Amino acid sequence: MLSIADRPALEGQANERPARPGSQIKRTSGLHLPHAGLATAIRRLVFYAVLVALWELLARSGLWPSYLLPGPMDAFGALASGFRKDLYVEGMLVSLKNVAIGYGLSVGIGVSLGVLIGRHRLLEETIGSLVMGLQALPSVCWLPLAILWIGLNERAVIFVVLMGAVFSITLGVDAGVKNTPPLYVKAARNLGAHGLGLYWQVVLPAALPAILGGLKQGWSFAWRSLMAGELLFYSLSLGNLLQTGRDLNDVAMVMSVMALIVFIGVAVDRLAFAPLERRVRGRWGYDVNK
Amino acid sequence: MLSPNENSAVALTHTAIALQLRGVSKTFASDERDGREVEALAPVDLDVRTGELVCLLGASGCGKSTLLSLIAGLERATGGTILCNGKEVLGTAPDRVLLFQEAALFPWLTVQENVEFGLRQADKSRAERAEVARYWIERVRLQGFEHAYSHQLSGGMRQRVALARSLAIDPAVLLMDEPFGALDALTRDRLHAELESLWAATHKTILFVTHNVREAVALGERVLVFSPRPGRIVGEFEIGLPRPRSLEDPAVVAQTARIMNLLRLQMSDFSEKSDICRRR
Repeated sequence: MLSIADRPALEGQANERPARPGSQIKRTSGLHLPHAGLATAIRRLVFYAVLVALWELLARSGLWPSYLLPGPMDAFGALASGFRKDLYVEGMLVSLKNVAIGYGLSVGIGVSLGVLIGRHRLLEETIGSLVMGLQALPSVCWLPLAILWIGLNERAVIFVVLMGAVFSITLGVDAGVKNTPPLYVKAARNLGAHGLGLYWQVVLPAALPAILGGLKQGWSFAWRSLMAGELLFYSLSLGNLLQTGRDLNDVAMVMSVMALIVFIGVAVDRLAFAPLERRVRGRWGYDVNK
Repeated sequence: MLSPNENSAVALTHTAIALQLRGVSKTFASDERDGREVEALAPVDLDVRTGELVCLLGASGCGKSTLLSLIAGLERATGGTILCNGKEVLGTAPDRVLLFQEAALFPWLTVQENVEFGLRQADKSRAERAEVARYWIERVRLQGFEHAYSHQLSGGMRQRVALARSLAIDPAVLLMDEPFGALDALTRDRLHAELESLWAATHKTILFVTHNVREAVALGERVLVFSPRPGRIVGEFEIGLPRPRSLEDPAVVAQTARIMNLLRLQMSDFSEKSDICRRR
């Protein structure tokens, strides 16, 4: 005879255990996304078309002399000729190399420093307050010091990039580590995790969404600092191309280099950070019910 | 018995007592400035036999969860000693595992990696981890979900993963802190049945905290009733009913009523006492 308790139990089993394993797995990307994405893209396209048209109108209006406000076609022409002469490509490569070194260093230092500050009260009260203070300092303010200490060379630029990015990364990691859900730490200790293993396998992964936020902000600071630093140096780089444009009184060139700088900054954000962030947020279960 | 571990084998030759608590108490500093303290747990004496399933029952905030935390070694007792298979509890150790109301799965790991987590900490080889994980994932009937992530699972499935993760390191004592409290009734029934059969097969010592009286009566060999804060054991019931027990079984209902009476008495005592405090 079946006892009463068995029946709901069996029903529970049917509810609990879908026939097809995959059927339970929710995809995090929304169903309406392609449509909404298309509409947004169209609106954006129209906006930029109108903007360029306005620019063309203003340039032709004669309110400003054309050597101060060249039209969009002139700017695009400058961009194309810059690429044809390999000047822009070389400048981009130098800038990307500098930012990669500076940013790489600041990730290493920032993550370690952030973890230490996040876990140790004494370090938080001492180094933590220093980091907070230094974060308020615009990175270009490090430049005079960098020149005096290191000299007028690329290493000084890298130093400025490092100082521009490292503190926001540190604070992002610090916040992430501090907000690690205590439940994860308890569960992990319970299962035998301790010491470095606990940090590496639990605290850092749990903090990853916040850490990514810090890394992303750090990147935008690094890119800005790089430009500030490069403006003052004479070796070929994007910042230096801006300066060259100024020296040549070539506004179209300045504009085209500015566009290139924006493009790279946004591209790294969109192509590197956005997909990473989406993936992490999805897996950590943050976006599931959106 | 499936895999008698060394500890319980030793204990069996002596006393077959898995847990021995003597005068275990806990007070929290409620306010650092005025130094006032809150007594969460009055001194508790308790023996739990090896392989016993004991349910701890009481109103929320009565210190049941604190007691489990102390036994797990996640917190230190203010007074008294806890022996687990004859060894004093000084911190967390894989012979005692606590399961939480939230499954506390690591969201960055798959089901399989979650189940392997404890084995990884014990530096088990990849092959051994995979084998043990496969066994326990099948045991909780989640085969096919090895590579799913926590957010892709239902609440009941998460708790089953948590159970598999805990059992994978073969603890002597399982401490369960209302692990099914947040689940719907059907799922909860199902998990009770599964827990009962896992317990019958493995003879783990289980301490199960709940505030659901019927759940306690249906599951426990013994039910301990806690008073409101400071928590103290005020009643002990041996449940000799045959298994599996249905929640609707008249004998279960009758036993539940007896325990409910005691609990009501406790609660009214408690509110009277607090009334007196307030009036002063």
